[in-house]
Amino acid sequence: MGTMAASVEEIGAAAPQALELHALQHLGELRSTFESGRTRPLAWRQSQLRGLLRLLAEKEDEAFRALHDDLGKHRAEAYRDEVGVLIKSCNAALREVGKWVAPEKVWAPLVAFPANAQVVPEPLGVVLIFSCWNFPLGLSLEPLIGAIAAGNAVVLKPSELAPATAKFLEDNIGDYMDATAVKVIQGGPAVGEQLMEQRWDKVLFTGCPRVARMVMAAASKHLTPVALELGGKCPCIFDSASVGTGRNLQTSVNRVIFAKWSSCAGQACVAIDYILVEERFAPTLIKMLKSTLKRFMADSDQMARIVNARHFQRLTGLLKDPAVAASVLHGGKLDAKSLCIEPTILLNPPLDSAIMTEEIFGPLLPIITVKKIEDSIAFVRARPKPLAVYAFTNSAPLKRRIVEETSSGSVTFNDAVVQYGIDTLPFGGVGQSGFGQYHGKYSFEMFSHKKAVLKRGFLVEAMLRYPPWDEQKIAMMRHLYRYNYIRFIFTFLGLSRT
Amino acid sequence: MEESRAAAVQELRARFAAGQTRPAEWRAKQLRGVLRMATEMEAEICDALHADVGKPKTEAHVHEISLVKSSCLFALKNLKKWMKPKKVHARLMTFPSTARITKEPLGVVLVISAWNYPLLLSLDPVIGAIAAGNAVVLKPSEVAPATSSLLAELLPRYVDSACIKVVEGGVSETTALLEHKWDKIFYTGNSKVGRIVMAAAVKHLTPVVLELGGKCPVIVDSNVNLHVTAKRIAAGKWGCNNGQACIAPDFIITTESFAPKLLEALKKVLEKFYGKDPLLSADLSRVVTPNHFNRLLDMMDDEMVSDKIVFGGQRDEQKLKIAPTIFLDVPLDSAMMKEEIFGPLLPIITVDKIHESFGLINSMTKPLAAYLFTRDSKLQKQFESTISAGGMLLNDTSVHLTNPHLPFGGVGESGTGSYHGRFTFDAFSHGKAVLHRGFGGEAKARYPPYSSAKLKIMKGVLVGKLGAMIQAILGFPRGK
Repeated sequence: MGTMAASVEEIGAAAPQALELHALQHLGELRSTFESGRTRPLAWRQSQLRGLLRLLAEKEDEAFRALHDDLGKHRAEAYRDEVGVLIKSCNAALREVGKWVAPEKVWAPLVAFPANAQVVPEPLGVVLIFSCWNFPLGLSLEPLIGAIAAGNAVVLKPSELAPATAKFLEDNIGDYMDATAVKVIQGGPAVGEQLMEQRWDKVLFTGCPRVARMVMAAASKHLTPVALELGGKCPCIFDSASVGTGRNLQTSVNRVIFAKWSSCAGQACVAIDYILVEERFAPTLIKMLKSTLKRFMADSDQMARIVNARHFQRLTGLLKDPAVAASVLHGGKLDAKSLCIEPTILLNPPLDSAIMTEEIFGPLLPIITVKKIEDSIAFVRARPKPLAVYAFTNSAPLKRRIVEETSSGSVTFNDAVVQYGIDTLPFGGVGQSGFGQYHGKYSFEMFSHKKAVLKRGFLVEAMLRYPPWDEQKIAMMRHLYRYNYIRFIFTFLGLSRT
Repeated sequence: MEESRAAAVQELRARFAAGQTRPAEWRAKQLRGVLRMATEMEAEICDALHADVGKPKTEAHVHEISLVKSSCLFALKNLKKWMKPKKVHARLMTFPSTARITKEPLGVVLVISAWNYPLLLSLDPVIGAIAAGNAVVLKPSEVAPATSSLLAELLPRYVDSACIKVVEGGVSETTALLEHKWDKIFYTGNSKVGRIVMAAAVKHLTPVVLELGGKCPVIVDSNVNLHVTAKRIAAGKWGCNNGQACIAPDFIITTESFAPKLLEALKKVLEKFYGKDPLLSADLSRVVTPNHFNRLLDMMDDEMVSDKIVFGGQRDEQKLKIAPTIFLDVPLDSAMMKEEIFGPLLPIITVDKIHESFGLINSMTKPLAAYLFTRDSKLQKQFESTISAGGMLLNDTSVHLTNPHLPFGGVGESGTGSYHGRFTFDAFSHGKAVLHRGFGGEAKARYPPYSSAKLKIMKGVLVGKLGAMIQAILGFPRGK
């Protein structure tokens, strides 16, 4: 397995390079805690969730500061996308966890009478959550909520590329939650590797496919089940014809800007990566984007910055290609000192350029024109399955075709990114965008094992189950298996020929 | 060889992309085809199963053919229901909006089967994969060659062979198959190969279902109907391919005082089932291969356990048969207690008090199934909450796998993912979230430039405050 360490410079100087002995001992403590049964009672789980809510309320300012340090996020964005969503999820989990843990009765066929069949959720044990740097609070705590609600002991490994938030978590989680059951371990790729040498009962990884492969390969040695939340190039199909030119157009443009630049400056797995629009409408769309951007992003502090120098170089590199540079219509200003890139719009960069083959994860928006909007569907199908497909349209046939003919983690019509906050919808990818889903009840299920439990009595004994065998027994069993009780009785009574 | 394999996979991809496997009619037609095959070819199937593992005709019917048929019928009956998108509550936060979860097939999937139930473990997953609208490659186990070639010959006659293919072969063929890109891999077998399959899936980040095994324990309390208990244990152990089943009872734990009674009951039942010379009974499967035969012999004749034998022990190397054999109190560090037996050897471990059995089971890896015989409801509750296993059965063995409403699968070393009934359909589907918004409900508060007034409204919206929601929809705050 290749090393996860890319370059030492990019890792925050404070990040530990290797797990210290005491950290490894922590892991043993978590296992004992889980085996003692401490994390199982509903009351414990609820107390942890309440602790988390208190943390989010009492330490809100520190959280905002950390997110601003790491990514230059404005308080409003930090609240709207991270803190606020977590509060909502925590409250929902508190309300619902009692329901989630309840065994589910299922139907047992007459052939097993008397019998009682149930599906009983149980915690998997000790789980590991790898978070990501772009929503460092949200992507750490949202899965944590589910893992705790499911009754597990948890290790949280925040991303070292968002060191202020990692430190915030390490400093505070132990004060608000049960430190014998929930631990935060900071570190870089080497620490990640060391953690993966252990056996876990589940690992959730949020990040890029390259590291996901290393995590899954390490997990396979222990048969550790994994869930991978990856990304992809989330397309936005803009059906100008049905959106029109009035208020709906402005609304759509607002929402596109929100989904591209207002969410961590495009550094989001669910951000709009590129737009597909009919040739004839492209100028109108571009004009509206420009004017609305002027209104929304007048101050530079309205948009998050690029997380670090390496990603800044990567994004700059995307624009270096002369054909790509020539397609820039708006923006393009880069400030290496402040790690700021202004909202940039490109028109038809070459389809084989890096900007159109790799996930952009930044404030660059390519607009690709098509002859007919329906051609977008083939365009999207020809590419790896993304985490989300977006479409602004009022056309029911187009909507149906998009749902039926494209595959993605999710589809959202006439808005983008907001699906993330709806906890009744499973959140996760498919194909290259990953596997495993969470949010709401799905988070609970992600960290649970649904155990089938069948209870029988001694009373009714089906003689035909046992050897020695004969044709009559076979016939009776055939009827039973088809739940054909009438024929069974006839055969049993000898009234039916076998 | 590689070219034909690559060409086959490519054809499946093309057919799937063309939408051939999506319509409900196509799926139902394939399911009816499998059903017809299982019905019309019963005799041939029984012969193959007998050739491969010496499976008695009754087991072939009851454990394989009947289950395949009922799986088809269940899928046919519920197909439309499973395919229907599910409406879910869309939150007030995105008002007005509607939300749905729609099931879509994953694409082109690979099913790798096992040798002990070579028909069922091939077709059951394939049935679900088809119901879910996928194109499928089935790789039956080469250790059951008669069933493998029967499937390769028959399946194309009964289903759409452009979208459902059987690829035969051994380790090298399977390794080559695993190099290709699959949208899901479903593997049934042992945990050693399970690791290899998962490692191979890394290349294309393919999700996997691993149905593995483990040492399925049976706890027997003293307050039971002894005769029925003994029969059910015997049926689950030796009546299931002579112990070569992932959910067969592997070992028994009971109290020192009860063990002799249980042993006597088991002996009586075994004689009734298989006669005085079990090696002559037609109702016992043979051991599948000389390799496994020698493995079991080594386990039996290991000097750590050979003096603990209390019943049976007969073996016939020519016919690859081993009689039901019971051991009493073998050492916990013997091979018999460390590895999955997968054969007709049954160790009985005794403890002082029945509760001690829980600690013993928890010291081992999580099994696919755990069994408890008792009338004590407190013990039952404790069993349920203390032991983790794929599935549990109280007062019986094995039969839980026939209930299509119960998920069947392991946890920990016994596997990941589950199937049967609707769970198979779900295992081969992606539940895609679809959110429809309208253009109304424009909340200015969510856009920059940010202000504390906007932040206040957003806070209210996110905790579900109706007042804030109204303000948001009405476009507050006014101005920027």
